[in-house]
Amino acid sequence: MTETLLSTHGLTAFYGDFQALFGVDIELHRGETVAIIGANGAGKSTLMRSITGQLRNEPAMIRSKGEAIGTLDAPDVLARGIAMVPEGRRLFPSLSVEENLLIGAHGRKGGGYWQLETIYEMMPILRERRHHGGTALSGGQQQMVAIGRALMSNPEVLLCDELSLGLAPVVVKEIYAAFPKIRESGASIVVVEQDIGQALKVADRVYCMMEGRVTLSGPPGTLSREAIHDAYFGVSA
Amino acid sequence: MIWVDTIVQGILLGGLYALFAAGLSLVFGIMRLVNLAHGDLIVLGAYLILTASTVFGLNPFLAALIAAPVMFGLGWLLQAHVLNRVLGADILPPLLVTFGISIVIQNGLLEGFSADSQKLSVGALDSASLALGPVTLGVMPLLTLISAVAVILILNQIFYRTALGRAFRATSDDAATAGLMGIRPRNVFAIATGLALVVATIAALYLGIRANFDPTIGPARLIYAFEAVIIGGLGSLWGTLAGGIVIGVAQALGAAINPEWQILAGHVAFVAVLLVRPRGLFPRAND
Repeated sequence: MTETLLSTHGLTAFYGDFQALFGVDIELHRGETVAIIGANGAGKSTLMRSITGQLRNEPAMIRSKGEAIGTLDAPDVLARGIAMVPEGRRLFPSLSVEENLLIGAHGRKGGGYWQLETIYEMMPILRERRHHGGTALSGGQQQMVAIGRALMSNPEVLLCDELSLGLAPVVVKEIYAAFPKIRESGASIVVVEQDIGQALKVADRVYCMMEGRVTLSGPPGTLSREAIHDAYFGVSA
Repeated sequence: MIWVDTIVQGILLGGLYALFAAGLSLVFGIMRLVNLAHGDLIVLGAYLILTASTVFGLNPFLAALIAAPVMFGLGWLLQAHVLNRVLGADILPPLLVTFGISIVIQNGLLEGFSADSQKLSVGALDSASLALGPVTLGVMPLLTLISAVAVILILNQIFYRTALGRAFRATSDDAATAGLMGIRPRNVFAIATGLALVVATIAALYLGIRANFDPTIGPARLIYAFEAVIIGGLGSLWGTLAGGIVIGVAQALGAAINPEWQILAGHVAFVAVLLVRPRGLFPRAND
């Protein structure tokens, strides 16, 4: 059994009085890519926000290598080697492409595989555009910057929230082409996706969420189309 | 030729106003906080320099070197323990709190130093001047303008050439996402306010050498600073220098026409610029 890098245990989350997560359990093992799929409002992004310390939780509801991290704030979660590519990319408009990448290394201590050079090798277009404003790029290129920015901290766990959102299928393919390289570098990955086909292609295991609960989980090969459909929409196909 | 001299004197005076404004601009640019106590903090800095200069028998320039780190620490503490608590989507709480701090500083200074006006003296330099044809440049006003340009140059270097500056800009853009990068916005804000008060100390030095000061003059300095920041375009440091110079020149021209019009002319210039360029001379693209 490989080491569990990240896990949630009966995770609940609230926005004021509104409960968004109802006891979510997920696990990410070293070397794995896990996909979390679900429709809009299923609680996928809330799960990501909880893990990265943007929403308050009970300490033991989230664990990093067994250590309770549920009450840590975002910089402390990053210091545990958990980096995030946020939904909507959220590049810093005042910073150039290169500065956006460099800021990803802000909290980093020491070296690691991912440096400016290795990011530029993987995504050469970013080297060409490195002096452009981060938000002057196309959507796909912005997504590449957001991924590069998260990698610059040399994370053990990379959380990707809705990478394909608002992007053309051909661009999404280009983005996901970077995944083998990211896995080779030693990072384990959690992707949150609405694009089921894409998710099933890259993931070793899939969790399907609906209305704040995990409704289905397992390796893609073991899940039938019908089961996924039911878990995704809550109705039989 | 008297007009040339008047305009040059106005530009030099603008250097002082730019120094008043640079700290305000820095804080506003990073955390969208309008610090109503900024003028009083400058006056507090002047009293700190005066105290260090009197107690240790130092030249005000050396005394300012002692006051600057004290003011940095004060700014850091003020932000970390008071202002960070009230920063948020609502702009009213920080305005009220800084307004309160302004009153506390004024009354504290009155209690400690009385209402008597004070001045910092640098001996012969006070009245030294350089004659350049029809224009006579006072050495201290010239040093003030040079310092203002230097301060803005250094702040720009920090902003655009250092990791700290990147963190400043990223936090200003989106504090929540900056947190995901390992940046602690509250620490960044505390450093920014500390830095702003170091700039305020430099402003205090030249204010105290140029004119008399007493505990009540802070709010008027705040208004000049505020006008300079707005004329320049919110958050733009070079714009702030330009804004200071616009007010300085307007005041000098107003005073040359009629001495009673000095202050009025500065305010009229402010309104005039806003009529033509409502977002200031050099607005930031993403505000």
